[in-house]
Amino acid sequence: MLRVRNLGCARGGVPVLTDVSFEVAAGQAIILRGPNGVGKTTLLRTLAGLQPPIEGEIDFPEEEGAYASHADGIKTALTVTENLKFWADVHGAALPATILETFDLSDLRDRLGGTLSAGQKRRLGLARLGVIGRKVLFLDEPTVSLDRFSVKLFADWLQDTHLAAGGVAVIATHIDLGLAAPELDLTPFKSAADANGGSDEAFL
Amino acid sequence: MIALLLRDLRLAFRAGGGFGLGLAFFLIVVVLVPFGVGPETELLSRIAPGILWVASLLAALLSLDRIFALDFEDGSLGLLATSPLPMEGAALMKALAHWITTGLPLTLAAPALGFLLSLATEAYAYLLISLLLGTPALSMIGTFGAALTVGIRRGGLLLSLLVLPLYVPTLIFGAEAVRRGAEGLDPTGALMLMAGITAGCFALLPFATAAVLRINLR
Repeated sequence: MLRVRNLGCARGGVPVLTDVSFEVAAGQAIILRGPNGVGKTTLLRTLAGLQPPIEGEIDFPEEEGAYASHADGIKTALTVTENLKFWADVHGAALPATILETFDLSDLRDRLGGTLSAGQKRRLGLARLGVIGRKVLFLDEPTVSLDRFSVKLFADWLQDTHLAAGGVAVIATHIDLGLAAPELDLTPFKSAADANGGSDEAFL
Repeated sequence: MIALLLRDLRLAFRAGGGFGLGLAFFLIVVVLVPFGVGPETELLSRIAPGILWVASLLAALLSLDRIFALDFEDGSLGLLATSPLPMEGAALMKALAHWITTGLPLTLAAPALGFLLSLATEAYAYLLISLLLGTPALSMIGTFGAALTVGIRRGGLLLSLLVLPLYVPTLIFGAEAVRRGAEGLDPTGALMLMAGITAGCFALLPFATAAVLRINLR
């Protein structure tokens, strides 16, 4: 469902990854590993279409990708339900009846986004993924600031709802989610220090 | 697209949304002018069209930097960019939301303030029409400026410097239409030119705004 061939991506005009290739079949996830700064976020942003690749191909069904970054995009002046409803409306989807239960947000449904704790915000940010109904998820450290119980909630949702329905997930994480998914270490794909260096790209 | 418009309006009316700030600023600036100029009715009445237009321009400017900055900070702009909503549509809706929360209240409040500046009776209708036609252009140009400076720390001042020169044509024709109305001349030409500017802005700037946003999100 998702195929990446000879992909190269750059951060701030400096190439960070070259020649990345992998494939993920429907119902499968892939875990990106590698030390800080190796280019996990850059790769995910490139896959999600937020920045153009410098070379290579990315192939997945059009209008099926969704990106979850470090920032959750939560409006502090809107309630939990309003936040979710907005993203459902933007994506033309209906709010699934059980989404609040799935992410343990039922008790918080009328709380303002600004009054949530970091972990609760994260759960709300992840619940957005369950609302928008996209098949190909690009997740950048989805479990930051989640406790063990919430990590389990999220991993269960990913496995039982998203992947079971034929979805795909590319996950950058440093912890063990308990998913039966292959791991891809990005260290070997790191660009040589001055590959393509000296181009004007860095100043554009 | 409507969802984004409704969300932005709702956010503007909630605590910290800043609805009414521009309007209050407009009121205060216009009220200050007679204090500065003195109580000469004739002079005030002559400068009223210009004052009302300059003040509404500055009031519109006040809330521009919030159009994209907040969405950029909390990450929703990146999420919107990967949503099915085209960036052009998002830009248009952002401009529309800004107009409804700033331009429209200014337009409706302007006649009351024209009275404070002893604006000529014949000019009220033209003041209302010219603001109604002109303030959407202010919001759209401002949205473009906000997209240019999104992600820049302290981009507010830079935004003003970028946007104010672009406001000049709207200001010239807007104030001219009201002045001609006040003097009993035919303001149709100025009004049509201003409507043309507004239409042109709405035809072109959503695309420019979307392109700039995509670059700034990289």
